[in-house]
Amino acid sequence: MATEDLKQKIETANAETVKQINAGDPVLVDIAPAGEVIPGLQDRMILHSGPPVDWQNMCGAQRGAMIGAVLFENWAANADEAQKLLEAGKVRFEPNHHHQAVGPMAGTISPSMPVWIVENRAFKNRAFCRQVEGRQQFGDFSDSALDGLRQWRNIWAPSLRKGLLQMGGLELKPIIAKALMMGDELHNRPVAASSLFANAMVCSMIEAGVGREDLLSTLYYITKHELLFLALSMAAGKASVDPAAGIEYSTVVTAMARNGTEFGIRVSGLGEEWFTAQSPRVNGLYFPGYTEKDAGADMGDSAITETAGWGGMVLAGATGILGFVGGTPEEAMTYSKEMRQITVAMSTNYRMPVFGFQGAPLGIDIRKVVQTGITPIIDTAIAHKNPGYSIIGAGLVRAPMDCFKKALIRFGQKYGAK
Amino acid sequence: MNDRLKDLLQKGPVAINIGVLDFAESLKNQDSEVIHLNWTPPAGGDPELIALLDQLL
Repeated sequence: MATEDLKQKIETANAETVKQINAGDPVLVDIAPAGEVIPGLQDRMILHSGPPVDWQNMCGAQRGAMIGAVLFENWAANADEAQKLLEAGKVRFEPNHHHQAVGPMAGTISPSMPVWIVENRAFKNRAFCRQVEGRQQFGDFSDSALDGLRQWRNIWAPSLRKGLLQMGGLELKPIIAKALMMGDELHNRPVAASSLFANAMVCSMIEAGVGREDLLSTLYYITKHELLFLALSMAAGKASVDPAAGIEYSTVVTAMARNGTEFGIRVSGLGEEWFTAQSPRVNGLYFPGYTEKDAGADMGDSAITETAGWGGMVLAGATGILGFVGGTPEEAMTYSKEMRQITVAMSTNYRMPVFGFQGAPLGIDIRKVVQTGITPIIDTAIAHKNPGYSIIGAGLVRAPMDCFKKALIRFGQKYGAK
Repeated sequence: MNDRLKDLLQKGPVAINIGVLDFAESLKNQDSEVIHLNWTPPAGGDPELIALLDQLL
């Protein structure tokens, strides 16, 4: 194919890719046990964040979270038994992204864990995300850490589900758009979105007849959990981006995900193939008692928020988060300007007041990343390098350039570049 | 001597630094006026990737 024809096909495909993402209409439709709703999630299977990984190569925090998930499912009586079960290959691991799902940090999703279900009403596809919490998903498998999962399964998820079904689903696009005007970036700072979500749920849970005790427990949970909406922004991002996957000739990134060992990306025109590199270190701030020597490498599916145009892409509008992840307002402004250099378009739904209400940078283009040397910036939490710990910090990280170089070379091979 | 040359000799030059930030910083440290342009070669200067990008972008 002539070079100009190839370039034109890429431009047309990329325009179509961001058009589909912009058309996304994510609606929270249900909360249900993962094993009942996630396609292909079988018994004795646990889904995880990032590209595929086996027990041998799994990082400490993800191993700890796996042990926690096995105990949560009652597949073992204690942590030693759980570890032996996992080492023996008695539990199957698959990436969330292979099952229309995403999970923060270790991202473990096991069959009886209730998941948020978001439907993209424009394309009728669904995406799933697990509960966000600061302990088990970071590798803490203590009984008190698992108690948070049990309360989610037994009280909070069923109560929220009743309210949600009472109202017939909750549109997420207006909440996300408003939250961006209120200083959120919807990855590590979904504070405003979490509050807007709690406001939306209260009356419907009462109308649905949730009992007083469960109602109070759930209200305490949703009104005090500042990161609650991250699960919804992740599911909304996944539901919005998935229809844009598999567009021939498109160079737009459709997934960025990390398992703490490898960082992987997927590209629309390259189907389901992962392009991976070693997971980078996070440059961050630590909770008292921890330093960078304790930290594991970058982990989680939460970079789906950056893929959808939020998180690090809109950091300039969320300077309140810098006290948590580090950096200055000037640096945040520079990051968001840089992200405009490596994206195809601006969001037509989600706008940034700090840039005169222009749209958020949307559609990371592997060509522009390789050309400019600018890689996507992600704000993220930090897990311990060993199993058994809760969250230890938060910070900023750059996606590794090698993922984009590998994808570009593969793209050239597939589409006949010389 | 024309005015522009006189200006240059009396006020000193203004440097434009392209690429490596350290060069701009060292001029700044000597109280010289410098404008830094953040620039790197395309694809980090990798000739194979540059050739590939020429066909794709």
